[in-house]
Amino acid sequence: MTSLLLGDTGVLTSRSLRHILRSPDTIITTAVTPVALMLLFVYVLGGAINTGSNQSYVNYLLPGILLITIASGIAYTAYRLFLDLQGGIFERFQSMPIARSSVLWAHVLTSLAANLASVAIVTGVALIMGFRTGASVAGWLAVAGILVLFTLALTWIAVIAGLSAKTVDGASAFSYPLIFLPFISSAFVPTSSMPAPVAWFAENQPVTSIVNAIRALFTRQPVGDDIWIALAWLVGILVAAYAIATAIYRRRIS
Amino acid sequence: MTTGQALEPAIRVQGIGKSFKDLHVLRGVDLEVEAGSIFALLGSNGAGKTTLVRILSTLLKADSGTATVRGFDVGTEPGKVRESISLTGQFAAVDEVLTGRENLMLVARLRHLKSPAAIADDLLIRFSLTEAGNRKASTYSGGMRRRLDIAMSLIGNPPVVFLDEPTTGLDPQARVEVWQTIKQLADGGTTVLLTTQYLDEAEQLADRIAILHRGKIIQDGTLAELKQLLPPAKVDYVEKQPSLEEVFIALVSEAGEAGTADADRVDDKVAARKELR
Repeated sequence: MTSLLLGDTGVLTSRSLRHILRSPDTIITTAVTPVALMLLFVYVLGGAINTGSNQSYVNYLLPGILLITIASGIAYTAYRLFLDLQGGIFERFQSMPIARSSVLWAHVLTSLAANLASVAIVTGVALIMGFRTGASVAGWLAVAGILVLFTLALTWIAVIAGLSAKTVDGASAFSYPLIFLPFISSAFVPTSSMPAPVAWFAENQPVTSIVNAIRALFTRQPVGDDIWIALAWLVGILVAAYAIATAIYRRRIS
Repeated sequence: MTTGQALEPAIRVQGIGKSFKDLHVLRGVDLEVEAGSIFALLGSNGAGKTTLVRILSTLLKADSGTATVRGFDVGTEPGKVRESISLTGQFAAVDEVLTGRENLMLVARLRHLKSPAAIADDLLIRFSLTEAGNRKASTYSGGMRRRLDIAMSLIGNPPVVFLDEPTTGLDPQARVEVWQTIKQLADGGTTVLLTTQYLDEAEQLADRIAILHRGKIIQDGTLAELKQLLPPAKVDYVEKQPSLEEVFIALVSEAGEAGTADADRVDDKVAARKELR
């Protein structure tokens, strides 16, 4: 059964990866908005922002920008899943002797590959803009691990949206609040500069701890509690979204 | 077809019921399909044909009753059922981004067959899609898409094939091509259950016809049996006029004998249809 799942997931993942390779604009589009935001904040607004450190602003900004990249990239997963459901190919797969969950896993793995590609592009642009880090290989790996976890958690939310959407627009609309969350966090400005109620929200929502953890890893500062809070959020969201998505999926196919 | 299976009907449906909230789509459907035969489920839109096909192909669970495919219960042994069947749904289930060949290879891989490339090439020939094989399926005409769809369903030679309104939306010539494919399937021993709202389709193809109306089978029999339900034929003398369909097919097939490629043929057909209007 497990080998069936792996084999079928492999076949279906190569199918949806081929979709992305045939329309690489989805990866570019995903990277364009975060890059534009980065340019705007670093070269227009950044000069007026006091981050409370003497680091260059692009160093401060990049972790949040990477999260925005992923938050906007996962919408394509919901979109592609929705199209499969609409087109009938989904039912073809379901009526074949394959491991049924492989259909979802293929989309999740494809999302991971596509988002990591977008993240690589954005990081490349950041490096050109002067982003520097003293992080060791282990530090980079830790950052990559957090981003993978973040992508997986958000992708399973995208699966929920794709499975339950009624229209194409509905399938991707869910991502707007997710893209917006980093703005009300420590991603762009320190939370201490915000009015008390906003600061309270910012400090207690998941993005701030994730951003702080990545920033600490990049600047070789101790990660402190942030990393554990971040991991708790990520694993919690991942497990909850996975459970809801598979429950909806099971109801849908029975 | 072994003799053992000949005793057991390929499909047996007993008292299947299915409701969506207050809407009773199926209210106790019974039918049996003999192995190797073509069975047509005839009904108007909304009669419940698709719902029954979805239950038989394990996409939907019935509220009541039982159904078996080659002796396997669709509710309790869905995995075994899926190994025995293939479904061609109402809308051509092809991957638009992939080429025709890649679509076929995808299904061959998912059926865990050896040499998917050879299987794909063979089917492309069988369904006259070789020339279009390396084009994206999104560029295909309706008829080509349907042929690809059916070709995908035949990979792995499933003994039972469900075809849900296989010719809806096709032009007359593509319809005739699909009919030929279905006949060939049954000649090869495959059991075919097809749904249709076209009476002539059932008449042309089916060994047995069941009429599904408001969620129940109201008649079930061979064409001859169904015809006997009405009073014996009265002899009327009427001038035999060719139907527009006959005229159209005659005209188009004459034009087609020059051996034009699929894509050109479609354009011709569109043009011819406009002229006929």
